[in-house]
Amino acid sequence: MNPDTLQIRPDSWRRFRESPVLHSFLRHRTAQVSAAVLLVYLLASILASVVAPYDPWDLTQFDIMDSEIPPAGSAGADDRFVLGTDAMGRDMFSTILYGTGISIVIGIFATILQGAIGISVGLVAGYYGGRLDSFLMRVADIQLSFTTLMVAIIVLAVFQATVGLEFYEDFAVVAIILVIGIAEWPQYARTVRACVLGEKKKEYVDAARVIGLSPITIIYRHILPNTFSPLLVISTVQVANAIITEAALSFLGLGMPVTKPSLGSLIRNGFEFIFSGSWWITALPAMVLVVLILAINLLGDWLRDVLNPKKYD
Amino acid sequence: MLAFLIRRLGQALVVMLVISFLSFSIQDELGDPLRELVGQSVSEETREKLRDEMGLNDPFLVQYWRFLGNAVRGDLGTSYFFKRPALEVILGKLPATIDLVIAATFWILLFSIPVGVFAAIRPDHWFSRVAMGLSILGISIPVFLTAIFLIYLFAVELGWLPSYGRGDTRMLFGGWETSLLTRDGLRHIFLPSISLASVILPLFVRMIRSEMMEVLEAEYIKFAWAKGLRKRRIWMLHAFKNTLLPVITVGGVQLGIMVAYTILTETVFQWPGMGFMFLEAIHRVDTPLIVAYLIVVGLIFVVTNTVVDIIYGLVNPMVNITGQRNEP
Repeated sequence: MNPDTLQIRPDSWRRFRESPVLHSFLRHRTAQVSAAVLLVYLLASILASVVAPYDPWDLTQFDIMDSEIPPAGSAGADDRFVLGTDAMGRDMFSTILYGTGISIVIGIFATILQGAIGISVGLVAGYYGGRLDSFLMRVADIQLSFTTLMVAIIVLAVFQATVGLEFYEDFAVVAIILVIGIAEWPQYARTVRACVLGEKKKEYVDAARVIGLSPITIIYRHILPNTFSPLLVISTVQVANAIITEAALSFLGLGMPVTKPSLGSLIRNGFEFIFSGSWWITALPAMVLVVLILAINLLGDWLRDVLNPKKYD
Repeated sequence: MLAFLIRRLGQALVVMLVISFLSFSIQDELGDPLRELVGQSVSEETREKLRDEMGLNDPFLVQYWRFLGNAVRGDLGTSYFFKRPALEVILGKLPATIDLVIAATFWILLFSIPVGVFAAIRPDHWFSRVAMGLSILGISIPVFLTAIFLIYLFAVELGWLPSYGRGDTRMLFGGWETSLLTRDGLRHIFLPSISLASVILPLFVRMIRSEMMEVLEAEYIKFAWAKGLRKRRIWMLHAFKNTLLPVITVGGVQLGIMVAYTILTETVFQWPGMGFMFLEAIHRVDTPLIVAYLIVVGLIFVVTNTVVDIIYGLVNPMVNITGQRNEP
């Protein structure tokens, strides 16, 4: 291990403790509540298999005779199912826990993929400039104008029709992550590029070039860390958007299959039953979804306010 | 100026070519046109002969070239399900979707401008706080949930408004069936248009607010205050006019987003537009219709983006029209 790292550790901890981010967090009630909500969501989905009373992916555990039992507190409720059951007799509580996990996994991994592609493209475009830059940014513009949802609907529909439904069910998570991850790269690319254009002019970059560092080293070791704050802000928005997109796709029947439902597929399942009065099949996963996205967005809003570079310039 | 126009149009053409190429590859991948035509009963020999006659054994690029030639003449193939030209089917559904987009745009313009401007001028007013809080809630609720909620509240529980279909329509200019001119049609479009607007409205409110707040900080606004101009004049004439530019560009892109979201809204409300038709086409594997939809929607995207770019270039003297790079 490099001896330097040992020295940096306590120092960076101190920097964190004295940072405006922590300072603001300790005084910002909304941010605290959102962070707490997110923590609960994360724990619940990581521990889903322990917490959930049933395994919703195993249909043998359920009986169709138990279908459409309302949640506890309403007439006809059953003690075995706290949040009631869906039309297939699955326990809503367990299904929602598992579904939340899927939604979060897709949100996070799709964002990581977007970041990986977008940051690389943005760094290259911003650092080298010229024709390459104009070309990449035009491609980004065009890609953006088609919107992720549109691209995802088309790609997943074609994919589903080509490989067949059974095969698709096994690979749905990967397919959705890939589609959302690839379609949304321009968001990161644009942000990073704008930052790089600003950073590139600063003296430390000239200094790095003068001492003979390679462009790759300059880009990744020196410029990239300075684009961190805006990236953090858009990452929160992107996770929220990816979760919304996944839910929309699943709602259209192009996302997660009924057998391994995400929150979106649960809402889709329940939609036809709201007319007959079984509101909980739709309403419960919908509430869980909205609270999740709201918590992420509120946290993102707070981060944007704290990290807003205009304030600290 | 002319060079800028030509460059921009050339780019639009290239994008359309790419879209048509991708769409055609999908057609090549999905389904077998011969089976749709003759069914399973024909012998392998006749099948092969028919394939030759229809040109299905030609090289990919030859087929693509033929497809392109037909497409330019307005022939995008025949829908397997409707047994009619795909373009005709889509154009028949287009008015319903455009009605929806117009109605949603109406809501967006009606609310986003006053609310956004007010929130910028009086950021600490209770109304601005409530509006900003609601806008983040609006961003966090997926459009199909808004739609389901509206249906549940207004159609199922209260029974005030219909939950599906277009209602009565009226012919306009001989080919345009619109729901916007009949009482029943307006009742039907109310909920779908509000759900569609609910995606973009909060984004617009936030965008107008932040752009306007930025403009209000500018030197020339301070100068206007120093000159002792009236508040209203500064806000409306000096500040708001300059917020409009970025709003126009983003607004153009949002129009494209709205077309994508019509798929969701139309599905929930069973609105007989292009989006609902597209989803049905996907479930029926009606390849020609899918391809035709992609081309038509691609064209809509490309045209709006090009028009927005050109308008922006004309309105904003800072855009460099010659196409040379200027360092920021």
